[in-house]
Amino acid sequence: MRQFFSTILIGITLGSIYSLMALALVLVWRSTRVVNFAQAGQAIFSTYIGYEMMVRTGNFWFSLLIAIIIGSLLGAGVEYFFMRTLFKHADDGPVAALAPVIATLGLLGVIRSVVGMIWGNEYRSFASPVPTDNFVVAGATIPFSRLNVLVIVGAALVMIAFSIIFQRTNLGLALRASAFQPEIARLAGIRVGPIRTIGWTFAGGAGAVAGVLVTPNDILSPNSLDTLLVFGFVAAVIGGLESLPGAVVGGMVLGIGIAFILNYVSTTLIFPAVFVVLLLSLVIKPNGIFGSKKVRHA
Amino acid sequence: MHNLSTKKVFALFVIFGWILLIVADRVDELRVYQGATIAITTLAIASIIILTGYSGQVSLGHGAFLAIGAYAAALSQTYWQSPFWFTLLMSVIVTSLIGFVLGFAAGRLSGPYLAGTTLALAVGLPTLANQFTFLGGETGLVYDAGNPPARFGEDFTLYKWFFWISAFVVLIAMFLIRNLLHSRYGRTWKALRANPTAAQLCGINVAQSKILAFTISAGAAGLSGALLGMISIVAPSAFPLSLSFTLITGAVLAGVTSLAGSMLGAVILVVIPEIAEVISTSLGESEKVISNLPGFIVSVLLILTVLFSPNGPAESIRKRREHHQKAKH
Amino acid sequence: MTALLINKLTVDHGAIRALSDVSFEVPEGKLAAVIGSNGAGKTTLLRTLSGLKSPTSGTARWNDRSMVGVKPEDLVRRGISHVSEGKSVIPELTVKENLLVGGLWRNDKSDTAQAINEVVELFPRLGERMSQSANTLSGGERQMLAIGRALVSRPKLLLLDEPSLGLAPLIIEQIFTAINDLRKRLNMTVVLVEQNAISALEIADIGVILNLGELVASGPAQDLMNDPALRSAYLGY
Repeated sequence: MRQFFSTILIGITLGSIYSLMALALVLVWRSTRVVNFAQAGQAIFSTYIGYEMMVRTGNFWFSLLIAIIIGSLLGAGVEYFFMRTLFKHADDGPVAALAPVIATLGLLGVIRSVVGMIWGNEYRSFASPVPTDNFVVAGATIPFSRLNVLVIVGAALVMIAFSIIFQRTNLGLALRASAFQPEIARLAGIRVGPIRTIGWTFAGGAGAVAGVLVTPNDILSPNSLDTLLVFGFVAAVIGGLESLPGAVVGGMVLGIGIAFILNYVSTTLIFPAVFVVLLLSLVIKPNGIFGSKKVRHA
Repeated sequence: MHNLSTKKVFALFVIFGWILLIVADRVDELRVYQGATIAITTLAIASIIILTGYSGQVSLGHGAFLAIGAYAAALSQTYWQSPFWFTLLMSVIVTSLIGFVLGFAAGRLSGPYLAGTTLALAVGLPTLANQFTFLGGETGLVYDAGNPPARFGEDFTLYKWFFWISAFVVLIAMFLIRNLLHSRYGRTWKALRANPTAAQLCGINVAQSKILAFTISAGAAGLSGALLGMISIVAPSAFPLSLSFTLITGAVLAGVTSLAGSMLGAVILVVIPEIAEVISTSLGESEKVISNLPGFIVSVLLILTVLFSPNGPAESIRKRREHHQKAKH
Repeated sequence: MTALLINKLTVDHGAIRALSDVSFEVPEGKLAAVIGSNGAGKTTLLRTLSGLKSPTSGTARWNDRSMVGVKPEDLVRRGISHVSEGKSVIPELTVKENLLVGGLWRNDKSDTAQAINEVVELFPRLGERMSQSANTLSGGERQMLAIGRALVSRPKLLLLDEPSLGLAPLIIEQIFTAINDLRKRLNMTVVLVEQNAISALEIADIGVILNLGELVASGPAQDLMNDPALRSAYLGY
């Protein structure tokens, strides 16, 4: 029983991070119809900046804030300078649909190698702002610490903030309208271009939060967020790329699924576990949990 | 290459093969090894061209097929003591089967969902090996092509042997692929990629075509994976996620729709790290720059290619020529 | 006073000439019905007027300012609203949200609220369904919603593309009557593109007949309806 609960807790911790990454990917997908693999690059760059701030100031919260700002700016910058140029030169032909995706893969490589050139490939570490010793409950240690709580709370705050923005503000309405029906939005006077940039800005910030939150317990290196990217993408696909709540649900499903497989089956099978969870969910729901039939061929 | 008859193309391939053999004799070990790498990468890129450039489906995790091919070959050698050519055959058969299954899945999944699945596959599969001892764990399985036959003489090094085998197998495979792409199957895929709805209305069985493309692409990838395992190792570390990305990069750099481009892509991929190293050591840069510069250059090239000639440089040149001709009228 | 002036408008879709040298005028506050069969160029005309398409040559002027080459978002701010073909609502949003979208660009939020109230008065069925998702609406309700969303911007020029498509005659009459009354009250200029020629011409002041991108006839709607040659060719009786 105790193991069941601790598994759930771990699952939620993992899921929170995956949800954040998935949110960032879905935000961009919905507004621009592109899977932004460079998200991981943006996130790792922001995290390294956060690391630099930590080294200089030792203040985690300040470093987090700076990382978020950098991440948001990066997101806006990538959309404005990179994606718009890409779509302007858009071609016809078989690769036309794939071109943006491959371009973001290229951008990921560029950012990653730049990070390596500036900071080097060695592993670094990032101090945690809260104690990382596990809680002791009823005399037994559960694999859950204050850091995990921080991760869950942090991710939850971001998700709640997005939820409020999207559902209850005019900006959110404009973002949704532009994502769902860009032409109608334009005819209604919404400036879809800048709105899209704002969407990417939010995505960039969310990615930065995910990167910074996931690093204290782990190592920091130019490649350390690659796994997160893959898991975030898988989580987004599970939830159905079309919806933000779907991203959160997808992240949780993946996180909890992985936690169970890790705890009850084997600790080294994490990647195959991801594949199994993805496969199962796509068999049951080929367009994702929240996906609808009409968006089959995006 | 487009309109030559099969016989002529066959002759071309044979001549090319002879040239390669002669060149291999004259160059040093490192180049020979690189030659083998180029040959294998060419085949791997060709497999992506079949899938993406021709039938228009995306696989972000083709490295998984390479891994499967390598492991299939290694397993049949280790546990069945099969002769070498048989292990290569096994690699093709096993990966084709899996490609067949995946092709079915691809029919149900659209763009990004398929991409996600292949991505997860590429990430998940190699680490499976860590789990099961019969798969060799982290150190992997032993897989080798044996030593060169004695009659080739003492000077015939192992690397040369690798090169001969790779070049031979890849030449045959590329010849077959070339014929396939120029056959009615290839034309079907082209129609499919251009306009699936119209293709369907012409009576093309879209699902079948897609599955066929996946099967063959996987088989080709598996074969190249077995060869890769031969010159390198059959272990999880030889098939990281970056392999998949590198292959896509190579395919795009050379022109995703052009089979001839696959060799160009392979050469670029192998040559760039060398150039980068030369540049950075001569500039006296630090270790961290040196190790990251190749990746930087390749990624920048990828972006530029996608930006300015997404269908590959060959396609862009052709388009510009057409444009000029139209303008003249 | 001439509000909408179209002069020798020519629009191409790649190699196809959708509109060829079209010219007509619509005075302020009048309703112009643009009719013609499929492929006549009616939708292209509206899309050019609302900024979604750029003409190859020719001019279009609204209130003595050129509309050509201006982005749709900017034209909305000049008082032009386009309800595009096919019930242009956003199905994933609620009725209320759809209406709000029409007013997002405006700074005066309280006037937007007022405008929404006026739309609800015009189309009471919408008022009953404010918090429902737009994809649960019937065809007629969706058309009302689309028009309502355009009206929330308080347009001076309203462009309607085949609002009657797929709707029952009774609903069509309701909508046409509502539009007509509204524009008379507000002195709003309306360009109504329709295949349903007779209903459109009945409420129109001016008629414009297009065929294969060319202007066949234009003039007072009554005259067009009574011209026997035009009647048999384009109006079917």
